[in-house]
Amino acid sequence: MNKPSGGKRVTADRVNAGLARRRAAEKRFRSVGLLSLLVGLAFLCILFFSIVSKGYTAFQQTFIQLDIHFDEQFFGTETEHALEALLSADYGGLIRKSLRAQFPDISNRQQLRQLYDLVSSGAVYQLRDRILADPGLANQRLKIWVPASDDADMLIKGHIKREVPETARRLSDAQIAWLDALEAEGRVSLKFNTAFFTNGDSREPELAGIRGALMGSILTLSVTLVLSFPIGVATAVYLEEFAVKNKWSDLIEVNINNLAAVPSIVFGLLGLAVFINIMNFPRSVPLVGGLVLTLMTLPTIIIASRAALRSVPPSIREAALGVGASKMQTVFFHVLPLALPGMLTGTIIGMAQALGETAPLLMIGMVAFIVDIPTGIFEPATVLPVQIFLWADSPERAFIERTSAAIMVLLGFLIAMNALAVMLRKKLERRW
Amino acid sequence: MTRNISICAVMCFVFAAHASAQTTRDFISIVGSSTVYPFATVVAETFGKTTRFKTPKVESTGTGGGFKLFCGGIGVKYPDIIDSSRAIKPSEIDACAANGVLEMIEVKIGYDGIAIGGSKKAPQLALSRKDLFLALAKHIPDPAGGANLIANPYRTWKAVNSDLPEVAIEVLGPPPTSGTRDAFVELAMEGGCDQFDWIAAMKKTDEQRYKSVCHTIREDGAYIEAGENDNLIVQKLETNPSALGIFGFSFLDQNTDKVQGAAVDGVAPTFETIADGNYPISRPLFLYVKKAHIGMIPGIAEFLNEFSSEKAWGEDGYLSDKGLIPMPEEERIYFAENIRQLRTNLLSSKD
Repeated sequence: MNKPSGGKRVTADRVNAGLARRRAAEKRFRSVGLLSLLVGLAFLCILFFSIVSKGYTAFQQTFIQLDIHFDEQFFGTETEHALEALLSADYGGLIRKSLRAQFPDISNRQQLRQLYDLVSSGAVYQLRDRILADPGLANQRLKIWVPASDDADMLIKGHIKREVPETARRLSDAQIAWLDALEAEGRVSLKFNTAFFTNGDSREPELAGIRGALMGSILTLSVTLVLSFPIGVATAVYLEEFAVKNKWSDLIEVNINNLAAVPSIVFGLLGLAVFINIMNFPRSVPLVGGLVLTLMTLPTIIIASRAALRSVPPSIREAALGVGASKMQTVFFHVLPLALPGMLTGTIIGMAQALGETAPLLMIGMVAFIVDIPTGIFEPATVLPVQIFLWADSPERAFIERTSAAIMVLLGFLIAMNALAVMLRKKLERRW
Repeated sequence: MTRNISICAVMCFVFAAHASAQTTRDFISIVGSSTVYPFATVVAETFGKTTRFKTPKVESTGTGGGFKLFCGGIGVKYPDIIDSSRAIKPSEIDACAANGVLEMIEVKIGYDGIAIGGSKKAPQLALSRKDLFLALAKHIPDPAGGANLIANPYRTWKAVNSDLPEVAIEVLGPPPTSGTRDAFVELAMEGGCDQFDWIAAMKKTDEQRYKSVCHTIREDGAYIEAGENDNLIVQKLETNPSALGIFGFSFLDQNTDKVQGAAVDGVAPTFETIADGNYPISRPLFLYVKKAHIGMIPGIAEFLNEFSSEKAWGEDGYLSDKGLIPMPEEERIYFAENIRQLRTNLLSSKD
């Protein structure tokens, strides 16, 4: 009689005795998990902090206000200004004249050169574009804000320190004094750096913009999406729903999985050999970039799409077939809509990978200095990560903040893409 | 879905038809060295802004990779101009000739100095090329005398040369794939190497061995390959004041508040000392232009005129603002004349 109850007590005791240990083990596991999460978050924060703290100043640019007199003699005296005369007029002379008028007591040639160096070399084109847009400005006096040179910009933003000895900085004491004088008159101001979002690449940091690379990325990714999504989904549907399973389909499957792990530079070499050397496509164009990235993202999309198809319960297929739908109707009207959210996720992951890729693009000539903003897939272009790489490699100090700003733009692009994916998935997702 | 696929297939054909129909190119294509890239791009940008021509496309492929593309043949698919951080090699001339690229115009555009720099927080060093060789070579001549080599035993600069401070040898420099590394090895290491008579004599008798002695950099951690990015080297020097770095002069020029250049053979790297040839570690930079492409691609002659104008490569030109060391006036005149007459003799070609 005692035995069974004693036995029960023994089981309960055993459970009780081990309880503390099991709870501790669970607690340990949880805290390790939490810790790893925190470490991950901490690294992310450090990354974001270092990028944002370095890059936020790039969204502002120092401008200097100049009194520009578009005098009549300068453009010729005839009332109808020929376009040619406006194009070739000496706008640099106007700027120099204005600066000399601002500081009349400088006469030394060396010093004048230093004074002119405070204004960006791009100011000339700004004046030209202004007068081309409105030739009526001739013979008028205007106050115009022109971008300061990168060195002046760095001083105003505090990246060039005033305390260091004169020989150790890019600006002389005199230049700093002139800047201070201009600032005291309210002629120096930090304004939003629109050029950063509207210009293409430039070797002058104050004129360099992200627009060209952004357009290049959009064009390249469009080609990739248009090609890789339909091909990837079609391949997955065929392999998963129609193809007979034999050693050939196994071979194909193994190959697809292998391709997903091939280093991206290999696809670049393939692209160089096939698209440029055999098919004679031009170098450096988004079309070829898109084709190469298509090759790279296809395996990712196929694998994700097949997994999505496999997760659709067989009962759906059987029900459709049961009411008399053909195999194709079953797949297109019942299986595919249910698998689409998963396929989209896979596609977005693939596209995000493609967005950050530089190595294969080196081979096909997209690591290049391109000033003109591309408007089509047959024009030379570069992409965001390549732009970041090129700026990070430039000696001018002002490119450091622009590099970080470009990284922010890239991250923004990525977040927008992911947000779109989440939105689409939410909209398309169906429960069963 | 099938419709999507067929649309896609049709688009592919349209692309292919369109692209292969592209038999003209209305912009100049430039490939080549990452050292010349900052200079070629600034001229390209100015050219695009001030003329009716499109802005040339400048690719940063490295000199070797650039010559492979450049020598691929004649036609719109191939680059028109290569910018190079060294003179063309005979093997490259042969490769070019094999593909029909027979005539090219050589243009020296200026000089580039390679600085050995350290943090401003550390005292400025005065090194000789011999010191550099002894500190960085994998094998050095036995200090005890005789014509045999031993593995580099030196750990501190003081051990190399008693005039130098008691600081561990730690040099951050570019990897072997870099043109800067090639130039450093050829100009600094070889220069130090030649001061040992028996090694210098080897140049004539056993060139292979000479090169392996003089060009091999130690791999025991004293020389740290810091990647191709010179900005990174400058940043690392800031955090590690006892180290030295090897980088292009333009990076020294842009960061004078953080780093200072060590004097080599008694000459500090400055704009003036590189320009007059006194600073020993400097190299010429070149452009090579396909003669057959002039007239085929619009704007090449005008681009070359912009490059060789005094406002670009002159003493006070905008290229010198970017850190290119201008050539002496006679050389500028000679190469500008080369361009004007489209002379195709290659003077600087050497092994």
